Amino acid sequence: MARHLLTRPVEWLFVNIAVCAKCVPISAVTIEIDPTTKRVKREGVSHELDPAAASAVEEALRLVEAHGGEVTVVTMGMPNAVDEIRKALAMGAERGVLISDPALAGSDTLGTAKALAAAIKKGQYDMVICATESTDTYSGLVPGQLAELLGVAALTFAKKVKVEGSKAVVRRQTDFGYQVVEAELPVLITVSSGINEPRYPSLKGIMGAKRKEIATYSAADVGLSPDQVGESGAREKVLTVGKPPTRAQGTVVTDEGDGGVKIADFLASLKVL
Amino acid sequence: MSVSSPPPLDFLGLRDLLSPEERMVADAVRRLVDERVIPVIGQHFERGTSLLEVVPEMAGMGLFGMHLQGYGCAGMSSTAYGLVCQELERGDSGVRSFCSVQGSLVMFPIRAFGSEEQKLRWLPKMAAGEVIGCFGLTEPDFGSNPAGMLTTARKDGGSYVINGRKRWITNGTIADVALVWAKLDGKIRGFLVEKGAPGFTSYEIEHKMSLRASITAELIFEDCRVPEDSMLPDVEGLRGPLGSLNEARFGILWGALGAAAACYEAALDYATNRVQFSRPIAGYQLTQEKLVQMLTEISKGQLLAYRLAQLKEAGRCTPAQISMGKMNNVRQALEVARTARSILGANGITLDYPVIRHLLNLETVYTYEGTNEIHLLTLGREITGISAFE
Repeated sequence: MARHLLTRPVEWLFVNIAVCAKCVPISAVTIEIDPTTKRVKREGVSHELDPAAASAVEEALRLVEAHGGEVTVVTMGMPNAVDEIRKALAMGAERGVLISDPALAGSDTLGTAKALAAAIKKGQYDMVICATESTDTYSGLVPGQLAELLGVAALTFAKKVKVEGSKAVVRRQTDFGYQVVEAELPVLITVSSGINEPRYPSLKGIMGAKRKEIATYSAADVGLSPDQVGESGAREKVLTVGKPPTRAQGTVVTDEGDGGVKIADFLASLKVL
Repeated sequence: MSVSSPPPLDFLGLRDLLSPEERMVADAVRRLVDERVIPVIGQHFERGTSLLEVVPEMAGMGLFGMHLQGYGCAGMSSTAYGLVCQELERGDSGVRSFCSVQGSLVMFPIRAFGSEEQKLRWLPKMAAGEVIGCFGLTEPDFGSNPAGMLTTARKDGGSYVINGRKRWITNGTIADVALVWAKLDGKIRGFLVEKGAPGFTSYEIEHKMSLRASITAELIFEDCRVPEDSMLPDVEGLRGPLGSLNEARFGILWGALGAAAACYEAALDYATNRVQFSRPIAGYQLTQEKLVQMLTEISKGQLLAYRLAQLKEAGRCTPAQISMGKMNNVRQALEVARTARSILGANGITLDYPVIRHLLNLETVYTYEGTNEIHLLTLGREITGISAFE
């Protein structure tokens, strides 16, 4: 991707950040899967900037406020995704990039990562920030693929992000606590949910957002051929879609003075104890 | 957390008529209300404490004086201002009142009638929420008839000396500056009185059963001396306070719809979940009639509000038209709140639901900034040419 920070004086710390932000169906609607295409139904459904992506935008804005630099929001989606990109611009991001092309419909996660990588490579960034996963399909696969395609390290599950000199330092959430990891810029970072509270856009920010540039690219504009992306380029195929199995009826434990023992036995039978 | 809230109540699809920026403004304030107001407002109402913790965020978003141009104000459309009022009052009438007083009753007259020095001194800080203002017009014995006010100002050397009392003043005890209307040589003039001015005291009015999350005060001026440049130079007579009230009433006629929508949504939700006899009460014709009536009145009120915003943006909105909006929308909102309260049965009187709080608040909104009757008589005079005020 990237202009390397090390080519600049060390004290000149500004960071240019690309944030990958997806538009997802608003949380008030139940996501439906089209049984024919086996894709999330998006036509006629209100969309919003993914709340997880809004946290990524917020983290990027905090970094550029501390160090200088600019935030660019990159998304792949339908043409009306510009409305959601504008929300990120109203928060303070400087410009937007939308990759939108009928040829991209049906892309698998790798196809999506290729499109995002190709668009990001057209710019000069020191850091890419993504949500850990989107809140509509929750695959969590794109950031890792994107880091690989960009040839940069991925620091994942960040709960805290700092830039120190030419390095990004991340406090990384794990199942058992946290780790502090670092990598030379340029780098890709995924942020955990709850890392911050996205700011409310100000009215001036909202008015200013309509004057900010949103570049729209087709697949060809970013150098991708139809066989690399979309349905035809997809390497994964959704075979079936079904509802999750209904939960079996629970077990009622009647306490006849031996409730504790019964519960312990039950847990032992599940090999939890 | 989400960056958006469930969509607003908009049966007629008026949202399609909004600009993308207006939609974004409404959505941002909606989220602010969902996250910062609704979770805590019941407690504030119960304890009688003002929701001041949300003021820095409102200021940071640029909501104060948002419809004014320059001096740190956002310069948004009247429609955007109306939408913001609607969203704020969906939270609580007290929150919307705070915004109305700051932006429409204090910042607007300074912007319209103040000297350049007054504008530069007060407006940027008020827009930023660093200075809180209050508006002193009503007196203990003069509400609907402000022209009869007893508060006076007299020139004394390089000062004015103010004497009198102002009552029912929102934010009166926390305000850094009070815009006080007083008679100077028999003519009504506006004075910017700073907190701490000699002879100026205020106290909070207690035991209110409405707008409990908003501060209401009495202001007392006893030989209160203010510098000569405290007077708004460019307005004389009732035109000053009434012009300001017209701005605020425009916000109220939108805001009341927000309170009504909150009541309707609570009632609809309750009615679809509350089972009596064989089915949810929403399945009974009597309840459906109530719900439909509520939704219809809110939708009609939204049409009225939207049209008045169009007229205002075109500079063609008359005070009588604003009176129709304030009279109708607040009256209907109050009716919606009462109907919602009846659908909720006993639960309708607890603060676990928003309905009784909105209902009690709307009892104030019904009479403040022009009672229902005064607006009715304004319209009566407009269509007949005959004043029936006295």
